Amino acid sequence: MKAVLRAGTAVIAIMLAAAPAIAAETPKRGGTLTYMIPADSSPSFDGHREGTFATVHATAPFYSVLIRVDPENPSSTTDFVCDVCTELPKPTNEGRTYTFKLRDGIKYHDGSPLTSADVKASWEHIIFPPAGVLSPRQSYYLMVDRIEAPDPTTVVFRLKFATSAFLPALADPRTYLYQKANLDKDPRWYEKNILGSGPFKFVSYETGQAVNGVRNPDYYHKGLPYLDGFRAIYAEKQVTRIDAIRADRAATEFRGIPPASRDELKAALGDKLTVQLSDWNCGSFVEPNHKRKPFDDPRVRRALTLAIDRWGGVPPLSKVADVHTVGGIVFPGSPLAATKEELHKIAGFWPDIEKSRAEARRLLKEAGAEGLSFELVNRAVDQPYKYVGTWLIDEWSKVGLKVKMRTLSTGPWLAAARASDFEVFLGANCQAVTNPLMDIQRYLPGSVYAANYAQFEDPKQVALYDKMLHETDFTRQRALMREFEKHVIDTETHALWIVWWYRGIAHQSYMKGWKISSSHFLNQDLARVWLDK
Amino acid sequence: MYRYIIKRVLLVFPTLIGAATLVFIMMRLIPGDICLVRLGGGGTSFTAQALATCHAEIGINRPWVLQFLDFMWGLARLDLGNSMWSGKPVVMEIATRFPISLEIAIAATLISIAVAIPLGTISALKQNTWIDLAVRTFSIAGLATPSFWLGIMAILIVLDVTQAISGNPWMPPIDYVPLWQDPIRNLSIVMLPALTIGYRYAAVSMRMTRSAMLEVLREDYIRTARAKGLVRKLIINRHALKNAMLPVVTVIGIEFAFLMGGLVVTEQVFNINGVGRLMVLSVQNQDYTLTQALVMFVVTIVVMCNLVVDLLYAWLDPRIRLA
Repeated sequence: MKAVLRAGTAVIAIMLAAAPAIAAETPKRGGTLTYMIPADSSPSFDGHREGTFATVHATAPFYSVLIRVDPENPSSTTDFVCDVCTELPKPTNEGRTYTFKLRDGIKYHDGSPLTSADVKASWEHIIFPPAGVLSPRQSYYLMVDRIEAPDPTTVVFRLKFATSAFLPALADPRTYLYQKANLDKDPRWYEKNILGSGPFKFVSYETGQAVNGVRNPDYYHKGLPYLDGFRAIYAEKQVTRIDAIRADRAATEFRGIPPASRDELKAALGDKLTVQLSDWNCGSFVEPNHKRKPFDDPRVRRALTLAIDRWGGVPPLSKVADVHTVGGIVFPGSPLAATKEELHKIAGFWPDIEKSRAEARRLLKEAGAEGLSFELVNRAVDQPYKYVGTWLIDEWSKVGLKVKMRTLSTGPWLAAARASDFEVFLGANCQAVTNPLMDIQRYLPGSVYAANYAQFEDPKQVALYDKMLHETDFTRQRALMREFEKHVIDTETHALWIVWWYRGIAHQSYMKGWKISSSHFLNQDLARVWLDK
Repeated sequence: MYRYIIKRVLLVFPTLIGAATLVFIMMRLIPGDICLVRLGGGGTSFTAQALATCHAEIGINRPWVLQFLDFMWGLARLDLGNSMWSGKPVVMEIATRFPISLEIAIAATLISIAVAIPLGTISALKQNTWIDLAVRTFSIAGLATPSFWLGIMAILIVLDVTQAISGNPWMPPIDYVPLWQDPIRNLSIVMLPALTIGYRYAAVSMRMTRSAMLEVLREDYIRTARAKGLVRKLIINRHALKNAMLPVVTVIGIEFAFLMGGLVVTEQVFNINGVGRLMVLSVQNQDYTLTQALVMFVVTIVVMCNLVVDLLYAWLDPRIRLA
């Protein structure tokens, strides 16, 4: 629990540092926020269908959602609040029914009312998409049986089984509430059009360059938003973004800037720049291909994790790379995460690295894999992939392993993973809302979770997961999570969890009201942002 | 002359078909596809069903032969299809970005001409003097320095200098505004990239001007002009420079064609939403239709520029069309 507390304390400390200023100041109205989206323009405007954060950063201000992470406390992993509903419901029917009452008077930007039929249609578009409609996150809602709209202000979710994974899944920021009429007309209407009920109204899209929004005067959260409007400019190159923040061509970008660049900006701008930091619900993992010898041998896989000095190596690595916190497979801010004491019992997290490496050498010798040479397939992206890959190679060299890194651009890197064309693969698990039961799906065998390419079957692991998913008692669920974690990254070492990423947002100090969260997908509706100019 | 023109024009078609075939095959030889990039690029997970739906939606689950026939049939009808990434017509995607790339290309060309021709001529006239040495050093530096690095440095220098002077760092805007909407803002966007590209461009043209001038200055007709007592200025302007311009014009034409799709990194450094940046993104995203269309667009410009240069040569030099 101490690790969780420490990570949480760090985040809270940073938030508290900014808090007095935020608390003491009365938000000012007006102004247009210019910010950058550090990506290519998103393929479509449809949050239900796209995977990239670029869609969220461009379109979240236009939409409402049913529930969300608390915008006043977005770094919390358990604090959810209503957006269009009146209050978070207590589940009934043994935890299998959630009844939401909707606020009165919510209007879409075209003036039409938002009703439970719209909410139902939107959620069905995500969970039960019509044939030919893409919904990549359907598996987050495997517990949902059906959705009902008994009257215009009531929405009922009926679940197949009670699970604590439901509410966090419901708070996913990409679950925009669309208009039923438009979805009925064309289920893909929202790919090319924007019509929501959020704090800002859509003004224009400049192809490949920018998105513009203007204040919604009829927004149902009275008094919000503070801004008159916003302009989001696509800027993919990091060097451009750093220069643009420095010259105040844009107030910020909301994904994250590496430590060295943050320092550079701070040195140039001093008090004119504010930096907010948080643990990031993204992390690096390594998957050995179980069908490639000698990685079919758990002793070899275990030796790989035992060789890595996470406690000693991550602090210096964090000075140059977007990484920070050592943790297990559950995000460190979550109550389900392992404490430092619990981690110390897992291979690769032992406090004594010499003992750990001695064990790694013994296992390699026993498996006949001393001095093993292999290739690490990595993504050709600097932060933090290449940094983490380079560090791992150095760590493995300390037990006599000779590793070469093959970096591939995104398409070929994902293709190599899918074809299991690798010996050892360095990947990332990146999630929006912290929902440990859903976030760890990726460690399940490929037959259960299609995006696991490590080529193994493990019925014991699957049974353990199912039990945990259906468990509603927190204490028992946490114990099961420890068992699952130990099984996945120690006993069987199907994967090696390396390190959690760290998110640093540098923004012009005049931009206020925005609070960092554990994901670049969260808290992007800009309703509470204001300009102190 | 007409036979020559017809022959050259007809040669354009096999060149375009060859390029189309090559780009079609090359794009598909790269492992992965646009659906993987789209669904998994952000590090989030996705279902196999989502991937299959995406493949079917875009049509890349069909056999290559059918996709190729579609592509060629589209080309024949001048229908380049829709971008697989944005779903919008590729013609629209390119047309949106074309004005800024064209503007930078024209500005860079003007800078290049303004720098290269006078300096190249002076360098030739002052051969082996310190002036010649200085111009050649300037020119070699331009060739050896990558434009994107120069671009990064230019922005940093502007930021540092403006911060030192006024306390507020300044850099050009990062979002494009057309010239007719806001001329000052437009020019401040175009200025730095045009200078950095124009410098490299000028370096190439400058060397060509110098060597062509040196060659012409040794010609018999120049000696004759001098012997008959013509003023030096007249000899250079009327007899030497005009004749030396033929290869220089060729270089300028070819470089201009290159700029129309070749500013891939420079456009990224300055965050210019141009054709070069679109090319990078379309390749990164493995957007087959857009990449194919962009390559065909650039190939067409290059082929057309070459055609014009060839025709110009034939018009200027009868030996070429008679050969």
